[in-house]
Amino acid sequence: MPEVRLVNLTKKFGNITALENINLQIHDKEYFSLLGPSGCGKTTLLRLIAGLIEPTSGEIYIENRRVDKIPPEDREIGFVFQTFALFPHMTVWENVLYGPTVKNFNLRKAKTIGDEVLEMVKLHERLGAYPAELSGGMMQRTAVARALAAGAKTLLLDEPLGQLDAKVRNEIRYEIRKMAKDLGLTAIHVTHDQSEAMSISDRIAVIKKGKVVQVGTPQELYMNPQSLFVAHFIGESNFVEGFITSTEGEDLEIELRGGSKVHAICKGPSMGERIILAIRPEVFTIDRGFIQKDNSLSGKVEKVTFEGTFIRYVIRLKNQDFVVTIKPSLAEAWMDVGSEVTVSFAPEKTHIFPYPQAGLMEEISV
Amino acid sequence: MTTRGFRRSFFNVLNKLSSKKAVKYTVYASAVVVFFVLILLPPIFGIVIKWGEIQQVFDQPQLMGRALTAIGNSFVIALAVSALDLVAGIPMAWLITRSKSRWMGVLDTLADIPFVVPTAALGYSLLLFWNSSEGISSLFGGSLISTGWLLIMLLHFAFSFPVVVRVMVGALLDYKMEYERASRTLGAVPFVAFRTVTSPILKPSFIAAFILAFARSLSETGATFIVAGAFENGPVFLQNVKNSFSAGLVSQATYEGATVFASVILIVVSCIMFGVIRFLGPRMKLPFKGIWPSTERKLSYAKAATSRNMMTLGVFVIIVLVPSLFVALPAFQAVFTSTIPDALSGSGIWGSYWQSLLLSYALGAIVTILGFITGLPMAISIARKKLGASKSALLDILVNIPLIVPSIALGVSLSFFWKQSFPFMPEMLLLIFAHLSITYPYFVKSMSAAFERISLDMEEAARTLGAKPFSVFSSIVLPLTKYSILSGAIMVFTRSVSETGATVAVVTSLRTAPVVIVEWVKGTVPANSLEIGLGAGILVLLSFLILFLLRLVTRGKGRY
Repeated sequence: MPEVRLVNLTKKFGNITALENINLQIHDKEYFSLLGPSGCGKTTLLRLIAGLIEPTSGEIYIENRRVDKIPPEDREIGFVFQTFALFPHMTVWENVLYGPTVKNFNLRKAKTIGDEVLEMVKLHERLGAYPAELSGGMMQRTAVARALAAGAKTLLLDEPLGQLDAKVRNEIRYEIRKMAKDLGLTAIHVTHDQSEAMSISDRIAVIKKGKVVQVGTPQELYMNPQSLFVAHFIGESNFVEGFITSTEGEDLEIELRGGSKVHAICKGPSMGERIILAIRPEVFTIDRGFIQKDNSLSGKVEKVTFEGTFIRYVIRLKNQDFVVTIKPSLAEAWMDVGSEVTVSFAPEKTHIFPYPQAGLMEEISV
Repeated sequence: MTTRGFRRSFFNVLNKLSSKKAVKYTVYASAVVVFFVLILLPPIFGIVIKWGEIQQVFDQPQLMGRALTAIGNSFVIALAVSALDLVAGIPMAWLITRSKSRWMGVLDTLADIPFVVPTAALGYSLLLFWNSSEGISSLFGGSLISTGWLLIMLLHFAFSFPVVVRVMVGALLDYKMEYERASRTLGAVPFVAFRTVTSPILKPSFIAAFILAFARSLSETGATFIVAGAFENGPVFLQNVKNSFSAGLVSQATYEGATVFASVILIVVSCIMFGVIRFLGPRMKLPFKGIWPSTERKLSYAKAATSRNMMTLGVFVIIVLVPSLFVALPAFQAVFTSTIPDALSGSGIWGSYWQSLLLSYALGAIVTILGFITGLPMAISIARKKLGASKSALLDILVNIPLIVPSIALGVSLSFFWKQSFPFMPEMLLLIFAHLSITYPYFVKSMSAAFERISLDMEEAARTLGAKPFSVFSSIVLPLTKYSILSGAIMVFTRSVSETGATVAVVTSLRTAPVVIVEWVKGTVPANSLEIGLGAGILVLLSFLILFLLRLVTRGKGRY
């Protein structure tokens, strides 16, 4: 049974359409992310679910109850703000107890809840501190504790890790997911960071310019992007132009610029259709020199970048297209700039998309 | 039910009510209605009612000429004084905020003094200092500065000085030093950095300070009347006409006509000037084109800075501080004569003095409370745009109107309206309405600025945690703005206590403390200089107590 359901949700600000016809179903106890570039509407969507803004049209259901006309204080949601919004005139303890206090919970019960959540976020020693005395990470944990203590079953998080430094971010994100799972909450997490979304979500909705582009598990999105935008936004992709020269069922022959022919496996495209081939960097194998191999292209290494775990090669193919490939830095001998190489790939590990009318750059732009 | 239980259910009721859209809308809408009905519209209607009498003025060219000259004088003086206040006040604010000395807190408090002292007492003090034989004139044999426009300018300069300093200190404290540092790393010497970077960024504050000083100078009546002598500016002209009417020298029609004539012109030209300054000011570019490296370098460093500080302090002490406090001298002298026991026993003129003091403070308290009740919802509607963005912007502008309208014009038009519509209205009520109109903008502006400073995130967080709108206000917004609210209240209180012009215009039998002082000084009620000195001195002392109370409570926070 879906916990949160959005039906034909639209939000306009004057002439600007921020969200258009959003239809989503988020399941009970699911950790769900809204992922997209800045300005795509994901925060607007979250605030609509919270009740901080009202929709222009459409319906919002939380636990099968229609809530779009109900104010935020009656929706029983918890909200973690990007800026934390901790009350500066209250201590950590008072901030955390604010929800129970204002909803007239029994005092002893409220104190027990407060103790529990503060234990969970490991802030029990800083009970009496004021927000101005806390570090970024501590403030964030207080904000989460405060939202949890209010007792809601649905937790909404608006870029909760945005203000933290990288190392802290990577640790805390797992803690938040664990807390949500331990408490059996449904969580909706807004972020622009795709690796963050991928590492902690059960499912992700990718949003572009106010529309949902694809919904799926992290694996589905990575392995089966349904659009150029998703192929580009999630992970990395090389894009190569070409057109279909022969089809044999799902086995396609594609002619690239300059005449080279490669194969790919895909259902759908027809003869003569202009397409874009999307290949992830790690799919390529790279061999020194020019060798004859199935599905291969020759070129020269233009740039080599050491990235710690990986070496990144930028290769200029014979037809002047660029591809990027990455290899584990400790596994093989490195290539030098200027070496002649052959790159090859398995035909089933690619994706094919029709060439977009507006042009490639426009299609994948944020 | 226990008191706790009772309080809780009371809060619950308020909370339930505050969630309802209809209730919220009613509260904000009624605040706006009250504003229009009690504050904005009565003066306008008052003028409309008596419009016909204007013919009287056109029929008497000498009177008309006199009125126009007086009004012209008002504007010239106001412009000059405001400009001078800016020139003197900015270095003072700079000194207070940038200097590392411990004395700056003291300087800050001292700079507030002319603001807190009721203007009538201030006027008398300046008169004593510059004009009488006991003041600075004793050094020159004969009075140094006679009553007239120069004395008026010195007076207006003194009482607007704290306003400019306070606005500029607030702006400098908010100003991010980063900008100036950046310009320094790019090679600008401090003076150039100030001229080309800091000034343009602070320009809105310069304009705001200028407008406040300008409005104050146009509007003030009591003290100006004391120091004007034969010279007339707008308020003095209005006062003189009223006195002539009371003495039976001119007809009622002439009095009303002249008053409406002068008031309308004052109001219309003020509004135009206000609009011009507000809209053209930001477009005015400060001179940037030239750079004079060697001169500006010299102006930037040690010697120039020291002499600038010396001059600033000198101007402050000689022109503002000492004259303002000079009334302490006769007050002090009065201690050694029989004046004190007379005063304390309430004999002779002292009886009505104490009554007037009581009236002033009671009136101040009532006006402050009413201002809070009517102004708070208005401030919220403006700050949080509760009635829509464009309506809130319009309200923001309308709220300024009682500020720029000269208080005597406001008082007169109010009395025309209320006396015509409700002839049996008690004078006390009339007085309350007049003072409420004049002080209303102070409260609303300072409170709405404070509310705007509270991040919206905080209120939203409280709501997502389950707090109803009233709880959000009482548990989050109010605690965070209490200093501003308190200092707004104290500003309103002191303004009401100080107000003379509107009081005189509106009532005939009730006398507030400043009115009594003016009567004593002008000789309408005979009093010797020791008595006047003591009377004014007591007023000043009480104002000091309030100033220290304000300092104690805000302790530097809430500098709004």
